[in-house]
Amino acid sequence: MSPATSPSPVPASSAATRSPVYALVGNPNAGKSTLFNALTGLKQKVGNYPGVTVERKVGTAYSQHGQALTLIDLPGAYSLAARSPDEAVTRDVLLGRRADTPTPDRIVCIADATNLERNLYLVHQILDLGRPVILVLNMMDLAAQAGLRIRADRLEHELGIPVIPCEAAHGKGIIELKLALSRHELPLPRHAWTVPPALAPAVSELQASLTDHDAKGPLVARAEALLLLTDPDPLRVSGSTPLSAPTQRLLESWKTRWQGEGTDWSGELVAARYEAIGKLVAQVVVPAEATAGAAGAGAGSALALSDRIDAVATHPVWGWVIFLGIMATMFLAIFTLAEIPMGWIEGLVGWTAERVAALIPPGAFHDLVIDGAIAGVEGVIIFLPQILILFFFIGLLESTGYMARAAFIMDRVMSKVGLNGKSFIPLLSSYACAIPGVMATRTIEEPKDRLVTILVAPFMSCSARLPVYLLLIAALVSANEVPLGTQVGLLLLLYSLGTGAAFFFAWLFKKTLLRGAPPLMILELPPYRLPRLRDVFFQMAERGWVFVKRAGTVILALSLLLWFLANHPKPPEDAARPEDPLAHSYAGRVGRVVEPVIAPLGFDWRIGIGLLQSFAAREVFNSSMSVIFSVEESADEETGRARLREALRAAERPDGTRLFTPLVCLNLMVFYVFAMQCVATLAVVRRETGGWKWPLFQLGYMTGTAWLLCFVIYQVGRALGF
Amino acid sequence: MNLAQLSIGASATVRAYPQAGAAFTRLREMGLLPGTRITLVRAAPLGDPLEIQVRGYRLSLRKSEAALVEVAPAAEATE
Repeated sequence: MSPATSPSPVPASSAATRSPVYALVGNPNAGKSTLFNALTGLKQKVGNYPGVTVERKVGTAYSQHGQALTLIDLPGAYSLAARSPDEAVTRDVLLGRRADTPTPDRIVCIADATNLERNLYLVHQILDLGRPVILVLNMMDLAAQAGLRIRADRLEHELGIPVIPCEAAHGKGIIELKLALSRHELPLPRHAWTVPPALAPAVSELQASLTDHDAKGPLVARAEALLLLTDPDPLRVSGSTPLSAPTQRLLESWKTRWQGEGTDWSGELVAARYEAIGKLVAQVVVPAEATAGAAGAGAGSALALSDRIDAVATHPVWGWVIFLGIMATMFLAIFTLAEIPMGWIEGLVGWTAERVAALIPPGAFHDLVIDGAIAGVEGVIIFLPQILILFFFIGLLESTGYMARAAFIMDRVMSKVGLNGKSFIPLLSSYACAIPGVMATRTIEEPKDRLVTILVAPFMSCSARLPVYLLLIAALVSANEVPLGTQVGLLLLLYSLGTGAAFFFAWLFKKTLLRGAPPLMILELPPYRLPRLRDVFFQMAERGWVFVKRAGTVILALSLLLWFLANHPKPPEDAARPEDPLAHSYAGRVGRVVEPVIAPLGFDWRIGIGLLQSFAAREVFNSSMSVIFSVEESADEETGRARLREALRAAERPDGTRLFTPLVCLNLMVFYVFAMQCVATLAVVRRETGGWKWPLFQLGYMTGTAWLLCFVIYQVGRALGF
Repeated sequence: MNLAQLSIGASATVRAYPQAGAAFTRLREMGLLPGTRITLVRAAPLGDPLEIQVRGYRLSLRKSEAALVEVAPAAEATE
């Protein structure tokens, strides 16, 4: 036991002016978000930890006396010996390493009562810090169902800290927890455990060195010394605060010595902790049925029920049926359910535009507001229904526990290209939009795997490409009505082309550029639970808001810029030809500049303008074509598309030949499958990878591939006489 | 005998696994230690990864890691 942990009371706040800061920590799946929502309600702020892409959630809770308490929801972690960026943030905040976050005055640990041993491992590490801790035992009802009687009073007595039994999902125990949070003074933990004798001298020496040379407080130094002896990689433990040379030398000399003696230091340390936890659990947990079965699951327990579900849900045949069924339902919902609110949004935007148009006299400012700003805002929020439905489903799958099964089922497939099952959901989400897909890669621990997933995600055909595909298919087929079989067949081809590209490049990058250790698939499969709809909606709203902030601002700014480029400078008054204003504008000039580059693909400068404007969102291609080929606007989508199709068919090159030949239409579709044309995605990738290097690489390799493929297709097609 | 060779539903006690390797540090911290009793619950539909029960919860790991975990099968009598 450390010398400095004598149980002296510590006041809740060092400075009377500042509200006390509490950190909420726990294993993933312990019910942390539910507890956080129950404590803070709507008083939450979601942001990012600067420098890393880890979600930062801070909320305000109120004590029984109405005093405001700051509550930081730290990312779920299994250990302070962090393995993912998420866990590193949890470790750094608790060790007081982050300048942007105050060191918490008190720590609230949440542990899943049904799975106490493993949950207490993190708690055990946190108790080393010698700070005031409140332990919440969550899911006491499920533990009781599983036949476990947990004596919280005994645990409280053993650890010397408040232990609150709780059922966060039903709001039980929240009042008791608030009472504990409100206590003016909290006892320090009585945390006695025996560091293995072979390691004890090293722990003291490292603690002394960290205090002397690395300016750490004595208790933090001891906790860090223990972490350095848990994870064989000291670089990972020290993170952004590198070790001083003397400490490093000391650590190396001990490791060399142990190696000579054949001491498995890391193993012994972890084993010693689990031994201490085992003794604790033996005193605290009373199994109702003294002789549990081999699987340890009581008949009525959540695990037994979960097992019955999994017997089907991960069955070699039914597992796939269910898996594909869930994925199909999700996409059906995204593409059909979203139509309704999307119609409302279009209506609302049209109505607003009319009202605003009536208010502002015609002129440049009028055009800027109507065609630039309002159209730009529409471009952002039109995707929102689809994105929200996607987030809703992801939240639902996460909170029920099916997400882990999806990774479990798909791992073998993903391993073929060098990734693991956790890359599956980000890639799947990218069929709706690459931005939530890229954001969802945060659950992937291995930085290289995460980067590969981000790099290939935009190959999945997103919903903004669909209108472009549909228009080009209509222009490609000579009949007025596209036969359903042709349309479905071509769409399927395009979607599989993108998917194939994603897998091919993932494999290629894992083989070459981003070689790394074969990925691990160490994943907890939590018992199935009924989803908490309140939490799912909370999360959906939060993530939706992040989407609007990240993507929305970029899309809006770009829409304004592109509007300006397409409308300035104005052509001279006497120009007669209808397409002149655009040809005369900056956009038209840029189109002509890029024409030599895209001419070998069969595209002319007018298509070039469409490609350029697609950078705001790919579906802008359609409205861009409408403007270029002067198609009369129509309130009805079907009529509008039919008119546009006719206009595309009638479009000619200067020499009088057809512009949109079937070959050109096909080539354009292929271009849209492969090219990186979305600035909003690039902006999000820059944020997630912390620089411009990877988004620029992505822009280059994807668009390069698109160009090369289209070049081959067009030239071969021409040679064959198409 | 190693973990990957267990038959589905069989229980065993972990005997040893490699000291080095990121996978094994984390597996240890997740409670998989020499002397820990485990049960192989099932394999994924495509045969890999595996699902094991350890310390009252379910954990998935790939066969490639499982093959490096040495186990002693539990005696039939305890079943």
